[in-house]
Amino acid sequence: MANFSTNEFRSGLKVMLDGDPCSILENEFVKPGKGQAFNRVRLRNLKTGRVWERTFKSGETLEGADVVDRSMEYLYSDGEFWYFMEPDTFEQHQADAKAMGDSYLWVKEQDSCEVTLYNGTPLSVAPANFVELEIVETDPGLKGDTAQGGSKPARLSTGAVVKVPLFITTGEVVRVDTRTGEYQNRASKS
Amino acid sequence: MADSPWEPGTSVRLLRARAALLAAIRRFFASRGVLEVETPLLCRRGITDPAIEPLMVTGGASIGAQPRYLQTSPEYAMKRLLAAGSGPIYQLARAFRDGEAGRRHNPEFSLLEWYRPGMDHHQLMAEVAELVCHCLGSRPWQAFSYREVFLQSVAIDPFTASTAALREIARDRFDLGALEGGRDLWLDVLLSHAVEPWLGSRGLCFVYDYPASQAALARTALRDGIEVAERFELYVDGVELANGYHELTDPAEQRRRFERDNQVRQRRGAAPRPIDERLLAALAVGLPDCAGVALGVDRLLMLASGESDIRRVLGFAWDRC
Repeated sequence: MANFSTNEFRSGLKVMLDGDPCSILENEFVKPGKGQAFNRVRLRNLKTGRVWERTFKSGETLEGADVVDRSMEYLYSDGEFWYFMEPDTFEQHQADAKAMGDSYLWVKEQDSCEVTLYNGTPLSVAPANFVELEIVETDPGLKGDTAQGGSKPARLSTGAVVKVPLFITTGEVVRVDTRTGEYQNRASKS
Repeated sequence: MADSPWEPGTSVRLLRARAALLAAIRRFFASRGVLEVETPLLCRRGITDPAIEPLMVTGGASIGAQPRYLQTSPEYAMKRLLAAGSGPIYQLARAFRDGEAGRRHNPEFSLLEWYRPGMDHHQLMAEVAELVCHCLGSRPWQAFSYREVFLQSVAIDPFTASTAALREIARDRFDLGALEGGRDLWLDVLLSHAVEPWLGSRGLCFVYDYPASQAALARTALRDGIEVAERFELYVDGVELANGYHELTDPAEQRRRFERDNQVRQRRGAAPRPIDERLLAALAVGLPDCAGVALGVDRLLMLASGESDIRRVLGFAWDRC
């Protein structure tokens, strides 16, 4: 991979730091008067998710990280791995539980996901911001209550539990924001 | 910020604010009898400063085999005017520094530089405060020695602490990875990472009497048995705005510093730079006792308009040119 100097650091650039792939969040050039110039760089460690603030001498370089984001179709899980396919090459990739994280709660077969590959292997998987999933278990619906009222827990086909309005019944398909885990609205039945 | 590549990064409101600021600066100096001057942007000789990189013009029939340096500040040429008897002078100039880009830096920027024969750095600090209040509105100001700001913000004496102690306190507080360097590097880390944020809540503040190793073109003097540089920096709400000197007038000492700069450059693996003999010749004829200061006009406009990114106050920042 190419090396990048602190002058080239931009948010989104992927570099290697202390052996881990990182994404640059922010790069601030600081120079005290006539003194030495530094770059204070905020980076996210893509393996651990931890955010670092590291100071470099201006002009120092870091090796680029072989990290790419690809949109892929989720195929199935065998219980140990989750399998994804690149839609143009049909190449398949297996993501382990660490890469999958909590994303398994939101994906059903044939959904499109953003898979981050590091050296060709899935490092993380992000579901679409909005997914439509079927409710497999919830308390019986309350007829006539279509607007106001409280909410109740509902279990989705993927295992995730979300709060839904009282009028929603088992078997219905709902739209959920995966970033917040919040119910958005009823979707048409699939 | 604008999206099309042709568009300026600033607004008409900020263009007007810049024009008003430049007019206010000129009024300030006119009322004090300070002469406006202009000096060349392209000079045969640049600076030797190890921490400042110039841009050079290397092509063109007038350039020939010798490149010309785009000035990093108009200091040398203005000192040649002072030695020729100009009296007090100021200049609103463009300056260029390679590799300096960020929220408060642009490789091409506007600099206000002025020189006051007969003043020392303390008298000039008072005038800088008056100019800033003239431009930004009246506000209180204070001055701390370099030693005081370190003692108060990081509880370490920058003059008597060992280099190892400075390194340890910097490493303890900040993630510095493999960063290594000499005493001045650790002082600069602490100044930029700890002292400047401390100054951020203190309005208009001068810091004066820097370590002698950072004297650049300032005189040095003994304070409590410690050699210090008669130099100051101005911070307004934590933004570094100006750098001033009680100017060194001794040509032999100035030559030693230029040579020392080049030794530092070579130790760091950088090429030495030719020394400006015309400046040294002017010092030999006699630079009047004076103090001088350079003030960042774009940053002053940032403070006047409440903008936090220099690209917002420049018509066309570096990547928009």
